[in-house]
Amino acid sequence: MRHTIAVLVKDYPGILAKVASLFTRRGFNIESLAVGHTEKTGISRMTIVVEGDERVLEQITKQLNKLIDVIKVRDLQFQNSVERELALIKVNTNSLPIRSEIIQMVDIFRAKIIDVNNQIMTIETTGTEDKVNALIELLRPFGLKEVVRTGKIALSRGSRDISTSKKQDE
Amino acid sequence: MKLSGAKIVIECLKKEGVKIIFGYPGGAIMPVYDVLYSEPSIRHILTRHEQGAAHAADGYARATGRVGVCIATSGPGATNLVTGLANAYLDSVPLVAFTGQVPTHLIGTDAFQEVYSSGITSSITKNNYVVRKVEDLADIIKQAFYIAKTGRPGPVLVDLPKDIQLAQTNFEYPKKVNVIGYNPTYNGHIKQIKVAAQNIAEAKRPIILAGGGVIISDASSELRDLALKTNIPVTTTLMGLGSFPETHPLSLGMLGMHGTPYANYAISVADLIIALGARFDDRITGKLADFGSQAKVIHIDIDPAEIGKNVSADIPIVGDLKKVLKRLNEVVDKKENMEWLETIEDWKRKYPLKYDNNEELKPQFVIEKVYEITKGKAVIVTDVGQHQMWAAQYYQYTTPRTFISSAGLGTMGYGLPAAIGAKIGCPEKKVVCISGDGSFQMNLQELATAIGHNLNIIVIIINNSYLGMVRQWQELFFDKRYAATNLVGNPDFVKLVEAYGGTAIRVSKKQELYPALTEALSLNKFVLIDCLVPGEENVFPMVPPGSSVSEMLGVD
Ligand SMILES: Cc1ncc(C[n+]2csc(CCOP(=O)(O)OP(=O)(O)O)c2C)c(N)n1
Ligand SMILES: [Mg+2]
Repeated sequence: MRHTIAVLVKDYPGILAKVASLFTRRGFNIESLAVGHTEKTGISRMTIVVEGDERVLEQITKQLNKLIDVIKVRDLQFQNSVERELALIKVNTNSLPIRSEIIQMVDIFRAKIIDVNNQIMTIETTGTEDKVNALIELLRPFGLKEVVRTGKIALSRGSRDISTSKKQDE
Repeated sequence: MKLSGAKIVIECLKKEGVKIIFGYPGGAIMPVYDVLYSEPSIRHILTRHEQGAAHAADGYARATGRVGVCIATSGPGATNLVTGLANAYLDSVPLVAFTGQVPTHLIGTDAFQEVYSSGITSSITKNNYVVRKVEDLADIIKQAFYIAKTGRPGPVLVDLPKDIQLAQTNFEYPKKVNVIGYNPTYNGHIKQIKVAAQNIAEAKRPIILAGGGVIISDASSELRDLALKTNIPVTTTLMGLGSFPETHPLSLGMLGMHGTPYANYAISVADLIIALGARFDDRITGKLADFGSQAKVIHIDIDPAEIGKNVSADIPIVGDLKKVLKRLNEVVDKKENMEWLETIEDWKRKYPLKYDNNEELKPQFVIEKVYEITKGKAVIVTDVGQHQMWAAQYYQYTTPRTFISSAGLGTMGYGLPAAIGAKIGCPEKKVVCISGDGSFQMNLQELATAIGHNLNIIVIIINNSYLGMVRQWQELFFDKRYAATNLVGNPDFVKLVEAYGGTAIRVSKKQELYPALTEALSLNKFVLIDCLVPGEENVFPMVPPGSSVSEMLGVD
């Protein structure tokens, strides 16, 4: 089972390595990881997608909480959160018919073309992981040159936030 | 007034009440040493290797319950501390280690004696810091001590770039410490405590499994109250030795791989395991699937990550043992457990710890005599191997902090430096280091520290001319192929000690032992007793790796 974990950490050089090495050392697998600043200075938020059963999730949460510089850990349940991922997709476009086909697809997906020349088009898309996957699969036949994805980020729905919700092990 | 970073380090140590530090100087930490030079209130013990400094600080911390402090230079100084930090981490020992570092502008350039100390130690410290601004220094040191000693204790490393040691700033020691996101839970959940009491009331074959946490949390008297009120037998882990008097009829001694038969039998058929500050290490559980298969588990620990990690807990309680046990003792009912205790008495009669006590000088006999002559009042510090297990089995520990041993990491070479730390921490106590001929040679340079400081420590070498514990495994599981375990080329330990200016006695016969021990005790100075024991004695009982704990070798 896949879990999306939100982790608030103190922001300083070395914190990413600390968190990442915890996963490696304890044998937990990271599927994706996104880090960035939050509304508070000095605090960053990591969104980590991991694969594992309840027991693994419990250990991950507890071990993360044990790191002194980890402030909060929360398992964002799918039904209670909004999730997005951003992808940039560079496709080969060497003929006109292909181009218009791609432009149609981009429209349907409400994606954007952000760079274009005779050979390529670069498309930006945001959405759930499934949506991003779907667009990539549709574009694949045209010849994907490069794909980059941010990894998932997520927030809980409604007025709840990570600091008002409970720490995992409390 | 402005102070240098180096001076601030020392002022902070004073504010933390530090009187003793163990260390070894070098280029990147010289400013701190320069301040120490004229600081009368802190005693610096120069070990002969940074590993010795870390273990000495660790032995000091275990013997006294205070935070141990060690200090080393950058690069090789820091890497030499690594084993000591890992050792302290696995046994939850509060340490603060200071390391020198190259100046901040050289960090990351592979400068002379630069290693990434913080990165190297991040998985073996509770937390670590690289000080990047001298203004942060006092705060960081305050946090380091706070984190080292609160919650589940552990080692904390503070890396001090040289320019930070020299930079000046105003000094004020913070009164309060607030580490956001770090709030250990001390009070157990009262509902859970009541559920635990209920389960204790219903249990027919309950057993208490006491680990090192009982000692760390100073909860021995609460443990005793619980056991006596409910008549529940108590077994301990290696780390838990001393948490409950082994002379008490309710004591089952140690359990696990080299535990007593009755402890292992009892835990195997128990219907309730009350685990206190223990983490169900594989040396305790044997084959996990069979461990406590008939039992409900009450697991009380301050570290939530230990609960459910190896053995799932039916009644988890996160909290400080002393506090939780106090509450539990208030709500738990008195109980007799007559039938269960009779069964256990029966096992104790049928399957005592035993060895073939013939005319030879047996290692077990040596330990028994040490117990007799010190009346069980010494602080025993051990190295790692067979002698460690015999020291655990044949000495009866009655008081916390009297058995000091590298349990989690199993670090050969721990004994002598840890004994030095213990003796410096508890000068009024008799300190006896039980070592092996292999282990002793891993930190024997600390003879200079011990003898140089005139420390009245007795070292007993169980000299079997083997890496005995490995040889035992080879005998039992590798067809007696003694690959690289015969210690040919061992030094003459007596002469070795004499070369350092110390006193040593060799004992090869049974009847020489008591006089040697008596003499050693009377001399009031460092004495090593080299006990020549038979080479191929084995530690029994033994749960073979992968077997369940009730399947012991050497029990009939
Ligand atoms: C640093 C280190 N290296 C290797 C080992 C593996 N090891 C465990 S016990 C042992 C033998 C110890 O020999 P000795 O100190 O003579 O004790 P004995 O078992 O003979 O009593 C060894 C090599 C270890 N525990 N620590
Ligand atoms: Mg040996």
